[in-house]
Amino acid sequence: MSANHWNRKHLLSMRDIGRGEILSILDTAASFREVNHRDIKKVPTLRGKTIINLFYENSTRTRTSFELAGKRMSADVINMSVASSSVKKGETLIDTLATLQAMNPDVVVVRHSESGAQEFLARNLNAAIINAGDGRHAHPTQALLDILTIHDHLPNMGREDFQGLKVAICGDILHSRVARSNAQGLATMGAEVRFVGPPTLIPAKVEEAFNVKVFHRMEEGIAGVNVVMMLRLQQERMAKAYVPSIREYFHYWGLTKQRLALASATAIVMHPGPMNRGVEIASEVADDLERSVILKQVANGLAIRMAVLYRLCTPGSRS
Amino acid sequence: MEPGGCILIKGGRVVDPANNLDETADVLIENGVIRAVGRPEVPSDCRIIDADGLVVAPGLVDMHVHLREPGYEYKGTIASGTRSAAAGGVTSVAAMPNTRPVTDDPSVVGHVLDKARVGGVVNVYPVGAITKGLKGVELTEFGLMLEAGCVAFSDDGATVADAGVMRRALEYARAFGALIIQHAEDPSLVSEGCMNEGVTSSRLGLPGIPAESESIMVDRDIRLVQLTGGRYHVAHLSTAGALEAVAGAQAKGLPVTCEVAPHHFSLTEEAVNGYDTYAKMAPPLRSEFDRKALLEGLARGTVSAIATDHAPHDEDSKKVEFCCAANGVVGLETLLPVSLELVAGGIMTLSQCLALMTWKPARLLGIQRGVLTPGFPADVVLFDLMEAWQVDSGRLHGSARNTPFHGRKVRGRVKKTLVSGKIVFEEEKY
Amino acid sequence: MEHETTILSARETLSTLDALAARLAGTITRPDKRVVVGIRRGGAIVAQLLRDRLNHLLGRQLPLGFLDISFYRDDLNTVGPNPVVAPTDLEMDIDDKRIVLVDDVLFTGRTIRAGLNALFDYGRPERVDLLVLVDRGCRQLPIQPDFAGLVMNAGRNETVKLVTGPEGWKVVLKQVKRAS
Ligand SMILES: [Zn+2]
Repeated sequence: MSANHWNRKHLLSMRDIGRGEILSILDTAASFREVNHRDIKKVPTLRGKTIINLFYENSTRTRTSFELAGKRMSADVINMSVASSSVKKGETLIDTLATLQAMNPDVVVVRHSESGAQEFLARNLNAAIINAGDGRHAHPTQALLDILTIHDHLPNMGREDFQGLKVAICGDILHSRVARSNAQGLATMGAEVRFVGPPTLIPAKVEEAFNVKVFHRMEEGIAGVNVVMMLRLQQERMAKAYVPSIREYFHYWGLTKQRLALASATAIVMHPGPMNRGVEIASEVADDLERSVILKQVANGLAIRMAVLYRLCTPGSRS
Repeated sequence: MEPGGCILIKGGRVVDPANNLDETADVLIENGVIRAVGRPEVPSDCRIIDADGLVVAPGLVDMHVHLREPGYEYKGTIASGTRSAAAGGVTSVAAMPNTRPVTDDPSVVGHVLDKARVGGVVNVYPVGAITKGLKGVELTEFGLMLEAGCVAFSDDGATVADAGVMRRALEYARAFGALIIQHAEDPSLVSEGCMNEGVTSSRLGLPGIPAESESIMVDRDIRLVQLTGGRYHVAHLSTAGALEAVAGAQAKGLPVTCEVAPHHFSLTEEAVNGYDTYAKMAPPLRSEFDRKALLEGLARGTVSAIATDHAPHDEDSKKVEFCCAANGVVGLETLLPVSLELVAGGIMTLSQCLALMTWKPARLLGIQRGVLTPGFPADVVLFDLMEAWQVDSGRLHGSARNTPFHGRKVRGRVKKTLVSGKIVFEEEKY
Repeated sequence: MEHETTILSARETLSTLDALAARLAGTITRPDKRVVVGIRRGGAIVAQLLRDRLNHLLGRQLPLGFLDISFYRDDLNTVGPNPVVAPTDLEMDIDDKRIVLVDDVLFTGRTIRAGLNALFDYGRPERVDLLVLVDRGCRQLPIQPDFAGLVMNAGRNETVKLVTGPEGWKVVLKQVKRAS
């Protein structure tokens, strides 16, 4: 039995996070979920700790989620939005690093458009780094909240754990950090992960890189699966010849009620948000509360981020 | 030591691949020129360098070096680059033209040569641009630039992507027998890519560059060689596909050659893990499959030269997000020990290995270097073949630190480097 | 070698609990207002055993809750590595209730301080009584038990713990080597 140990200073990706570590986060998140349902939704856990939200990309939901998580744990939370304009003006990560170091934060939550930016900061800063999304690389708290959401629904699917659970991650895999982190995390938990999407949006040698099965046709990809996870398709993909049009994309890879009927009868539908209705998902599916757990993902996001902050601030993580 | 003086390099293992020599012998140097190899009569006032236990070989020739001057002196200068070369046993470098201004005019060639005479410690041979401003549109003055001192032409850093322009360049170069060196990467396939496309790029979420970006360009160029008869050389060839194309062209008797860089035959894309910007260069580190193919190409003789693509960078260009980091690694000081791994690995003999860094590239460039033949300039390197050491980026002799080999345990230590009979590098004694 | 002495054997633990329950029951005038709350983890066990006895003595079911104080520690750095966070379980309304706050061993008083803070985030009880199985001394805060099964003076370099053995729960004393 592996103990639920969490011994890392940073949370940068899901690549080498073990099953025990994931379970320990899920357990802690469950306790924080309880806090979030009380009248007084605040605990003094991180009093005196400083958390900086450093966002190089706009993301109101993720930033708000981390901000609320920090505040509910009584930490001082500072939002630093490094507007794209000042990046263009030549403010580099190195410049930001110096500013950050001067503030001596305990945790820095970073969102960045370039893969690997957080690893760079982790190497050069004393604080614990939480990756809130880097380029196409990783978005570990999203994967953890997705795993928690699936975990919550296992009983409805008549399952005890993730072993053999079929999860189809569908759409623009190539540009998706959510797909990568989920594939790694879900595989660690024992699930069978499928990537479904047009060949132009599937990364190279992905079967080997992520131990997944690849499907190019939606009907085959989601047949019999327990979880359908839809990804956002950015509008600019049309310009670079990845897909010809929204119309064609939705026609072949959009999640409609008819297609969802091919999945398991108890299958749930997930989406990391923000959704493009009529591009990757039909409204009739997104709003079907029998199947769609998209709002539960948001609620779980808060508890997961509290759990991650807690784990990174306890001394076992600073060996 | 006066260049006019007399030096005897005594008792070393003299390896001179061009003369098919590998035996214990003395090398006599007079007035900066090789006078004799063997057991020569020695004038009484001759300075003696004891080479017992060392290999004595022709100074190395690196046909692919970026000296950064003029224009990018904050990355490196002719002085610092040639100092690195001397420390690596390299006595002649071909300097790539992607400077500011670009070496696309006889006056810039003259400027580089002048700077090299004043501040350089090894021989510098400018490579001229194929097209003005490296823009891939108008040809430069091949004839006048050759007269000014250029040894070959390349748009290195950029690729001559337009097939029509490449055809004209190969055709026009025939008038002067000039060598056209292509940095073969199809820009439309490279696109926003910043590392080799494969398992590692998929895992790291970095945009990938398919190996075909190189092989397609080499395939195309070989057809143009067939059409024009121009002399064509692939710079820093990195893929199995391109190597196969070069071998095929050679089998047909076409004037097609290639070089490989030590980082490409000794490292793979996995060195990028951790987003190490010191493992970023163009073309990128490839797969193990490609690396093995390069080793085979080296063993079979398809490859004509080992060249470093030495590309010094300032720290600011590398201390950034991986995709934003500048391409390029330094290599002059690790050229010899990393290449000697080919000998230790049984891929080739010491003589074959040294040939790829001496007379073979010298012959491609048409320069009188890379041999210990009497009457030739006395460019010599003395090294300890077996001495083990660990590469330390902080102890390199140039100004830049961007080596992908930091921490690597290697064998083969340069003890002395002579250019035209003058000692330009001596290992520091501790 | 770590030396371990039994302070209360399994049998003595149970009889101490019997006595504690009897003393407590004697003071209870409004059983309808009483709620037993154990502090995880040791206090939860004592609370459960105590509640069973009270139920028997009072002839009614007292509500039982559990409090996890992980999020209320006064210094995160004193939490050991990989703390186990267990859920807090206070289903009942505690406003205007008379709480019996239960822990296994009373030491510095910091756990009780954290427990009181946690408790007040769930409501405003009318009063809180503190009951502990063992008061081992070395207080660092002005906190005293209303009911203690055993009062002793353990040294600073000793730990007193409720542990489970083949015969059931017992209380032991151990010497600890202090990391200097
Ligand atoms: Zn190049």
